[in-house]
Amino acid sequence: MSAVIENHHDDHHHGPAKGITRWLYTTNHKDIGTLYLWFSFAMFLIGGAMAMVIRAELFQPGMQIVEPEFYNQMITLHGLIMIFGGVMPAFVGLANWLVPMQIGAPDMALPRMNNLSFWILPFAFFILLSSLFMEGGAPNFGWTFYAPLSTTYAPPSVTFFIFSVHIMGASSIMGSINVVVTIMNMRAPGVGLMKMPLFVWSWLITAYLLIAVMPVLAGAVTMMLMDIHFGTSFFNAAGGGDPVLFQHIFWFFGHPEVYIMILPAFGIVSHIIETFSRKQLFGYSSMVWAMLSIAILSFVVWAHHMFTVGLPLAAEIFFMWATMLIAVPTGVKVFNWVATMFRGSITFETPMLFAIAFVVLFTIGGLSGLMLAIVPADFQYHDTYFVVAHFHYVLVPGAIFSIMAAVYYWIPKWTGNMYDERLGKLHFWLSFIGVNVTFFPQHFIGLAGMPRRYPDYALQFADWNMVSSVGAFLFGFSQLLFLFIVVKTVMGGKKATDQVWEGAKGLEWSVASPAPYHTFSTPPKVD
Amino acid sequence: MSGGSYYVPDQSRFPIFMAFSLFLLVMGASSTINNLDDPTNNSVYILYSGFACLFLTMFFWFRQVIKEHLAGLDSNQLKQSYVYGMAWFIFSEVMFFAAFFGALFYVRTLAVPWLAGEGEKGIGIAAIELWQGFESTWPVITTPDQGGGYVLAEKSMAWPGWDHALKWLPMWNTIVLLSSSVTVHFAHLALKNGDRRKFNNLLGVTVALALIFVGLQAAEYYEAYAHYGLTLNSGIYGSTFFMLTGFHGFHVMMGGFMLGIMLARSVFAGHFEDHDHFGFEAASWYWHFVDVVWVMLFLFVYIL
Repeated sequence: MSAVIENHHDDHHHGPAKGITRWLYTTNHKDIGTLYLWFSFAMFLIGGAMAMVIRAELFQPGMQIVEPEFYNQMITLHGLIMIFGGVMPAFVGLANWLVPMQIGAPDMALPRMNNLSFWILPFAFFILLSSLFMEGGAPNFGWTFYAPLSTTYAPPSVTFFIFSVHIMGASSIMGSINVVVTIMNMRAPGVGLMKMPLFVWSWLITAYLLIAVMPVLAGAVTMMLMDIHFGTSFFNAAGGGDPVLFQHIFWFFGHPEVYIMILPAFGIVSHIIETFSRKQLFGYSSMVWAMLSIAILSFVVWAHHMFTVGLPLAAEIFFMWATMLIAVPTGVKVFNWVATMFRGSITFETPMLFAIAFVVLFTIGGLSGLMLAIVPADFQYHDTYFVVAHFHYVLVPGAIFSIMAAVYYWIPKWTGNMYDERLGKLHFWLSFIGVNVTFFPQHFIGLAGMPRRYPDYALQFADWNMVSSVGAFLFGFSQLLFLFIVVKTVMGGKKATDQVWEGAKGLEWSVASPAPYHTFSTPPKVD
Repeated sequence: MSGGSYYVPDQSRFPIFMAFSLFLLVMGASSTINNLDDPTNNSVYILYSGFACLFLTMFFWFRQVIKEHLAGLDSNQLKQSYVYGMAWFIFSEVMFFAAFFGALFYVRTLAVPWLAGEGEKGIGIAAIELWQGFESTWPVITTPDQGGGYVLAEKSMAWPGWDHALKWLPMWNTIVLLSSSVTVHFAHLALKNGDRRKFNNLLGVTVALALIFVGLQAAEYYEAYAHYGLTLNSGIYGSTFFMLTGFHGFHVMMGGFMLGIMLARSVFAGHFEDHDHFGFEAASWYWHFVDVVWVMLFLFVYIL
């Protein structure tokens, strides 16, 4: 285990190690980024399979396929896996691949810790998934694991769930510290803060949010553990605690968490729209300030998830207005993206299609969020399928479309090969149609009063549920096409140029395609 | 930002060993905790092996980092990365304590008064006579169910008044911990001035004070369990008291352990230079952080 590669010229061709140990022992940001991305893809497919089970059960009213207990385990694991195993690791993977290249750094600041952050994840999810085979089944209390469902009434596997959340959190905190330190300390000379690419900015802010809230989640699950096994009464009113306290702590983590899953998407989409509009991004500094405002506001809006638990009126009003305030910086970003496209020479390659769909569909999700922010309206919408439709609109055509856009946009840089444009467009249209057919009808059944998290429903919801299920199967199976496209591109294809896209700007496009194993061994020149 | 040389370490086995140790640790912890009432269950050995692997990995990992540093392989940029990394790690620890302090403030100012029927929300509880006879005080040594599901304490750990101040352990704990923060600061100054003997002595005193603190804390817990009837199982006061002071005590042990390692490095290996001692500095930052948390605890858990 010798130590260091200095920046001698003969080290430029220092390639990856051979065999499996390359991946196990690696300290290379590109290897680790690749590991993260494949891991998240695997989790995306597993979590997606669970979604297919859910939609199959909801295809018709009545109990068809699974037991209600198992249904509850599916909705819980689907949520946990998609959030902690799918979206978050995908963004960390993108950060690993892109941040060092975009700021002209040779690697992440703390490369060994980087490897540790990744390798905790497979173990954590092994524990989480193994709970399916434990006595009493997997966690069945929903991804928000409200007490007392997750304490007094939880299956024994909740202990394993708690500890797997602990190590996932450790992984996230270490990963985020690494990103922050890399951005603060490793920028090439000339890359000032306000010259950083927006993806880097978005990740700086995201990492800050993660470091601030993951420990709070650790605190919440620790209190659960103590309540369950060691007799404390944090979440038990009989002992002087309060189940609502759990919700406060959880959502103090949970609301920044949902921005953790969307801020990097803002960065990605900004790059893609700029490139394919062949114009400079409109309003760079307002984009940065908007993201900062969103991040700061995310700490003072958590109780809008809890309007119906019986908060004091003053609290309801405060959280309602604070929540609505977030629409302002978010609106700034949407208008900036539109203004960037305005009078641009736009071409519609696959990444651009996903990015435009992101802007439109994320805005729909944002607007339904605004509806939910209104306290008296939320009393009607709370825990209905309207909420399900809302957060799936911001997470699937929001976060996940941005990840897919990023993959199409940067995969030529990663592999040196162009993806198949025709298949990419096909994947886009199947996903676009699938996602809308799945989630748009859920607005209707939600407003009509269908509650979430039940395996059965009243007859009047039958038609739209069937439509939704058909859309879900279309969306789900289209992702196998995505897998095929990615594998095909990794295996070969038309060679990509260094620039790859005509309008692409930034340091990552100045290096060869595929990017060499060690990118910048000396700081690049930046004007 | 530096010009010139960039640091990229070679492959390393440590991270995946550490991830595996964590895996053993949490699997062992989960199954041990789930089988606490089953004496034949031996998953505690998985827990032990997890701890052992973790400590071994950390030992060799840190040893490697120190070796690289002494070999002069660290660039100024990497040293700066360690500085930022430690600062952000301490920030994450602050947020961990924030969760427990938040819980304390919430139950003190909202949940307990509501349960006793005060305020807009409490009126409903009072109207259905849910927790009759429960009164809102702090420290609240009873529970809303009057000890139905809990074992009530006789006495809290709160401020006993000036007459008993000198026999009150938290007061001594405060004095001990605040002094240790001072000694570690002067140890740092001594190191900067190149006075190795003074550094070793003052750091030794700091570590001794850390041990005394942990000892006093143990005595206080013994007192609570044996004489006050105050346990984890005596309602929300006991829950917040033991979780806050317990996690703080755990962090004192970690910080004291770090400082102890630094002392050993200085005494036995002659590590640290007047201009180059971030290992020690990071541990001392951590120590000051632990101290600040104690001041907050002293105020909000004991005094007010």
